Amino acid sequence: MSSSSQAPESWITSFCSLLGHEYFAEVSEDFIEDDFNLTGLQSHVHMYKEALEMILDVEPEEDEEDEDEDEEEEEDEALGDEGRLGYRRAGDRRHMRMASDLSVIESSAELLYGLIHQRYITSRPGIQQMAEKYELQHFGVCPRVHCNGCRVLPVGCSDTPGQDTVKLFCPSCLDVYTPPNSRFQSLDGAFFGTTFGCLFFMTFPELDVGRGGDSFLTATTGGTGSATNADRATRSGASSSSANQLQHGQPTTINGVISSNLAPGLGQGKIYEPRIYGFKVSERARSGPRMKWLRMRPDDITELDEQRRFHEMQQQAAHDDGDDEAEVDVSMSSNQPGDNAADAIARRKKAPIRRRRQGAGSGVGVAVGGGSPMDTNGAAG
Amino acid sequence: MDDFNSETDSDYTSYWRDWFISSRGNEYFCEIDEEYLTDRFNLTGLNTEVQYYQYALDLVTDVFDLDCDDDMREQIEKSARHLYGLVHARYIVTTRGLAKMLEKYKKGDFGKCPRVMCEHQPLLPMGLSDNPNVKPVKLYCSKCEDIYNPKSSRHASIDGAYFGTSFHNILFQVYPALVPPKSIRRYEPRVFGFRVHAAAALQRWQDARREELKDRLHKLKIDSGFEDDDDGEREDEEEEDEAGDMDVVATNP
Repeated sequence: MSSSSQAPESWITSFCSLLGHEYFAEVSEDFIEDDFNLTGLQSHVHMYKEALEMILDVEPEEDEEDEDEDEEEEEDEALGDEGRLGYRRAGDRRHMRMASDLSVIESSAELLYGLIHQRYITSRPGIQQMAEKYELQHFGVCPRVHCNGCRVLPVGCSDTPGQDTVKLFCPSCLDVYTPPNSRFQSLDGAFFGTTFGCLFFMTFPELDVGRGGDSFLTATTGGTGSATNADRATRSGASSSSANQLQHGQPTTINGVISSNLAPGLGQGKIYEPRIYGFKVSERARSGPRMKWLRMRPDDITELDEQRRFHEMQQQAAHDDGDDEAEVDVSMSSNQPGDNAADAIARRKKAPIRRRRQGAGSGVGVAVGGGSPMDTNGAAG
Repeated sequence: MDDFNSETDSDYTSYWRDWFISSRGNEYFCEIDEEYLTDRFNLTGLNTEVQYYQYALDLVTDVFDLDCDDDMREQIEKSARHLYGLVHARYIVTTRGLAKMLEKYKKGDFGKCPRVMCEHQPLLPMGLSDNPNVKPVKLYCSKCEDIYNPKSSRHASIDGAYFGTSFHNILFQVYPALVPPKSIRRYEPRVFGFRVHAAAALQRWQDARREELKDRLHKLKIDSGFEDDDDGEREDEEEEDEAGDMDVVATNP
């Protein structure tokens, strides 16, 4: 009675199967029933309790109850244990509900479900469920030609509902796109959140993100069998290409990401080169190319290892000038280089670069503390 | 010419070119002028490229009057479409052609850029090759200067050679005022509010390349065309941002 998991079609299942809701994962009821996961959502959702009942398909019960008890219930809920009982009891009020109320609750339930969904897909079971949808290409592919039909993930540009609609994040070009189908252009981006896209690829670092290409064509025309074959082929292709990179002295990982997985859709040969009758358009032309940087990636990816480059620079500076060493120490320990008046001029010149590098360094520190997949960065440096 | 409709298929109630550009899937094409089509000079070399060249040309110019079976008719029809496409690639780089395509561009007939930061910039059709049957049509965004696949499959099967590799670049050469201001706004991948190091490092590297480009153009006294082009001020702002972000990162653990 308390759970409707045996019911033929739960609210969650029917909600996720609606047209335009294809991006949603089915949040498990266990996740919703854990009050900890709902912390703070009450203030975002109108008629929160009723909406939650609707999501969980809680049936009304026999025993009577006054409206006044509402406040207490909410407190109970916050305490935890009696919360679930509260939901069931509150179900009584359904008898008296008007049709207009129901539509309000319905939209509240959708909002609440979306907000829970944002949290769920960053949890272990949720991200696993999204991985399955990703594998089946439920979110579509990148529209960019040079990304070769790389699979994308739904993300939001904001975690607050009502700000922006859902976007698609392409790991191959690290950019976001508007979903091609207009039915997704009314779906709130906050239901997926800003974190999910990147967390996904940090959770599955081995995933070959550049894969797609031919498999995209076979997946759309033929069955999944041929698609997986093509996948395998491209996967082996990718591993051989990473082997080639090794031969050229390129590290296998850079900044905590497998090198072949760092924006494989960018870099030389993946940038559009405007031509007129075969001749390149010069960047000096008024209509010349200005945006190539957006799709660039260094041929030598060690250029992105800022920590190592910083240390190299530091050593270089120490060699060049003994005085520089003291300066480096100051900037390492403080965010405000330049409080020592003696070296102020020389330092100010270099300060912006130093601060930047240091910023990257401390960012890594946080990541290591959080036990994220980025912790290999220190070793790479 | 008026007899044409009565003696052939009843589907073709209008002139062939009218029917062609208004039929579904051919939204990217503009109408080629009669004079352009009838000037043999403009069709130089196409007779080897197109089967049943003469019949196809007759069909396109509405003077087709051959009595033939359906199979043959279909073949010629196919050739006519191919011929129209190839002439189209030549026509749209002429003054009149450019003007016609410009109208379509302004109306957004070719779609809008899917990239979020481009804010619905209209696209232009283009080919990756000038030879037919190599690559289907792609769409060029003048704001991010990248190329995208058409989202509809009925457009994805159009031959890219029907638009060519040069048209969209010529358009902006001829109408330089239409070049949209370039935006440096971009998507920053973040996890729980923190920038992801690998992506952020790459973006910092890319930003450095952009500043190099700006410096190069600045030295040549060429307008770089970016949205807010007062370099000094913008750089300062960026550094402030950077410092602000760093503080957050530093205090959090």
